[in-house]
Amino acid sequence: MEHSLVLQMQGITKIFPGVRALDDVTLEVHRGTIHAICGENGAGKSTLMKVLSGVYPHGSYEGKIIYMGNEMKFKDIKESEKAGIAIIHQELTMIPELSITENIFLGNEIVKFGFIDWETSRKHAVELLDRIGLNIDPNTLIKNLGIGQQQLVEIAKALSKNVKLLILDEPTSALNEADSANLLALMRGLVKRDITCIMISHKLNEIAAVAGAVTVIRDGCTVETYDVEAGHVDEDRIIRSMVGRSIENRYPVHESHPGEVIFEVSNWRVEDPNIPNRMICKDSSFSVRAGEIVGFAGLMGAGRTELMRSIFGRNYGIYHGGTIKMRGKEIHVTTVNSAIRQGIAYVPEDRKNLGMNLLDNIRKTTVAANLGAILRGRLLDLNLEFQVAEEYRQSLNVKTNSVDSGMTTLSGGNQQKVVLGKWMFTEPEVLILDEPTRGIDVGAKYEIYCLINDLAAQGKAVILISSELPELLGISDRVYTLFEGTITGMIGRQEFNQEKLMKMMTNTSGWDS
Amino acid sequence: MKQIKKVFGGELRQYSMLIALVVITIIFNITSHGRMITPSNFQNLISGNTYVLILAIGMLMVIVIGQIDLSVGSVAGFTGMVMAITARDLGLPWWIAVLLSLTIGAIIGAWQGFWLAKLGIPGFITTLGGMMIFRGGVIWISKSISVPAPEELRMFSSGYLPDWGPTFTGMNNSTLLLGIIAIFTYAIMELRKYKRKIKMAGQKEEFWPVLVRIVLVSVVIGYLTRIFGTGRPGTSFPVSGLILVALVIIYHTITQRTTFGRHIYAVGGNKSAAALSGVKVDRIYFLTMLNMSLLAALAGIMFVGRSTAAGPSDGTGWELDAIAAVFIGGAAVSGGIGTVMATMVGGLVMAVLNSGLMLMGVGADRTQVIKGLVLLVAVAFDVFNKKQGRPSIIGRLFPKKEHKPEDGNTAKSSS
Repeated sequence: MEHSLVLQMQGITKIFPGVRALDDVTLEVHRGTIHAICGENGAGKSTLMKVLSGVYPHGSYEGKIIYMGNEMKFKDIKESEKAGIAIIHQELTMIPELSITENIFLGNEIVKFGFIDWETSRKHAVELLDRIGLNIDPNTLIKNLGIGQQQLVEIAKALSKNVKLLILDEPTSALNEADSANLLALMRGLVKRDITCIMISHKLNEIAAVAGAVTVIRDGCTVETYDVEAGHVDEDRIIRSMVGRSIENRYPVHESHPGEVIFEVSNWRVEDPNIPNRMICKDSSFSVRAGEIVGFAGLMGAGRTELMRSIFGRNYGIYHGGTIKMRGKEIHVTTVNSAIRQGIAYVPEDRKNLGMNLLDNIRKTTVAANLGAILRGRLLDLNLEFQVAEEYRQSLNVKTNSVDSGMTTLSGGNQQKVVLGKWMFTEPEVLILDEPTRGIDVGAKYEIYCLINDLAAQGKAVILISSELPELLGISDRVYTLFEGTITGMIGRQEFNQEKLMKMMTNTSGWDS
Repeated sequence: MKQIKKVFGGELRQYSMLIALVVITIIFNITSHGRMITPSNFQNLISGNTYVLILAIGMLMVIVIGQIDLSVGSVAGFTGMVMAITARDLGLPWWIAVLLSLTIGAIIGAWQGFWLAKLGIPGFITTLGGMMIFRGGVIWISKSISVPAPEELRMFSSGYLPDWGPTFTGMNNSTLLLGIIAIFTYAIMELRKYKRKIKMAGQKEEFWPVLVRIVLVSVVIGYLTRIFGTGRPGTSFPVSGLILVALVIIYHTITQRTTFGRHIYAVGGNKSAAALSGVKVDRIYFLTMLNMSLLAALAGIMFVGRSTAAGPSDGTGWELDAIAAVFIGGAAVSGGIGTVMATMVGGLVMAVLNSGLMLMGVGADRTQVIKGLVLLVAVAFDVFNKKQGRPSIIGRLFPKKEHKPEDGNTAKSSS
């Protein structure tokens, strides 16, 4: 039984009006393995998983699903769940105001005499939490858990349904390194208990760490599938098949010619708006030169985003002191508006919720942060708006044929380009980019890196927050590390080294530069 | 079909409610044996609904920012009563009474805006409170008795434009002049738009759709001019209608062509993203609520002028008519979507329904039932359209071929 197939998807074709989302896709998963699926955004990974889990019912696609040796014709998720297939989505689906127990048995309540048997439910919940290595009171409300723990509870919920095939869609995209490692370890543990896992992931290092086989999907077609020995994944090969071209270098060559210091933050102190007396920025000081790309590294909760948002017009937290100097002169940025006017731009990490208005089209988004520039008298000049948007669409290579296209019709990478264009149009001197490549596929990432390089070459000061260390090391000139609201150190390009950086990110004693 | 698309600029769907308006008007004209499309009925239709349409303009903006205002009926009643009482008891000239009443409207708006913007109380609650406060207020200050309104107001709320000049035109010459101005303004605007499009690089445009558009609109305006201008001697396009048209033009411009207008949509579409783009969200909330109550005061004054007296129950239920007009016009409950023009069409659909059903002798009871059903059908139609992946009101912004179907029910940007 060791290598029998638990799942075969044969010739799956799924057509949406006008688009062939999946075209004759084949997927074979061996029992008791972790099978990774990778591919660019929009390649059809999620669609394939939705076909498998019955979100798209039998009949709405062509092809066969053979699961445990039988052909399956799922009409909805309930049926696939009954068969032991569970899917854990990128966006968690827990209800924050309910407890762990309530969430685990939601829709699947243990009922005795018409009432929910909480006693038994809780007992089961404790057992399940034990299995996933979470040592928490099952009465805890979900909203009080971290994202990593919530994800574990999702898995516990799947286990409660006696899952045989667990699908995880980008499971670590929102997790920090420690939580990710924990989750991957748990997945290995599940496999030992004869639960097969399918993992959709962008992170090649994770695939390398745990996966036993990889299937690459591109443009709705299976490109290749191969077995790997754990730890021996050829990352370049995966990237080549994902993008259909070889990327010699994942990061463009960046020649830095830093000028004078143009942006200087000193002794910045900010209090957490939610927890009184907790400082989220403790006396932070840093500086950026013109034409320089400065990275900020830190684990989740280190306060990188909070620091930048508090600098960006006190958009976050309660200001307790500190100064900002632009070209040597102190400036006062008390509102987002004044920050924009004084040449600071901030591209937020959460593109969908903070970066743009999804109801808008490209042209409205492009000018949204600098409407003053297209005013003629008191009225907006819509022709000028069109010209500006068109210019940015072309120079940023946004893949769509009109600036009147809605933002929802764009892929993540193209959305991000438009958002970058929106901030470039404010003509900033300092650009703060918060996770600019999150959720973006490899090809688009490269384009974004080139763009960042161009901005630096134009003499702008670029601040880059990223959770991907290779990315930070790949394009920054210097990197600051943050740990729990304190800047713990800074290293220059010559001394770049992942282990050293990680040490500084986790340990305050890392003051050495 | 392709030609028609060129003329109307892409999507015919956005005109669906306008087409529905024309169709029901024609149907009512048939069922009422020609009593629907008559000068006097059209004149009444406009002057009798101006107040709701004025409210709907403000309500559209409130709904676009993702809020709702339940107090507009009470505020309109209250401010109308203030005007009538100050004019009668204090002997103020009518125009001072009107200004005073508008000022009080603005103050009430500031009060509601304060609770919403500064204290963060949801608009629903803030204005539910306002609805009770000002309904109570109007009964209190009027002691439950109607108060006569200044005579001069009738000119604005149910008056007509003067007749002058030659009689060979066969109609009211003021109305004729208005029609001609309207046609010319439209033609000039279209031509300027065309010229600018030509000037922009890469935009090669054909001229004939512009011409067809101008001819079509001229015919429609000409036809309406004839209807409004050939009523009883001494009647014309109503003055209140003129005030409404002016407001529509002003507010259309504000919402579509000013920074403030853009900010309204930005706040309604995504509050946090708007804040991070430098929009002062609180200020937008405050001003939108202030504007709403100001327009409510104007609506109240117009109504009082037309009915010649301010009553303690004036304005009851108006908020619901205004909200219905906005939603029939395709606005989104969650905010961020909707236009002044579409709202006016929505309001006129309600007005035509009222008028047509009355002409047919359908009672108020059944009229209410039908209006309710129309609201449901209209919004369901809109929701259905959006499910097809295309927001209907801004549908023209989304040409067909760029539509990539989402592989889920929500707009996902990553997979």
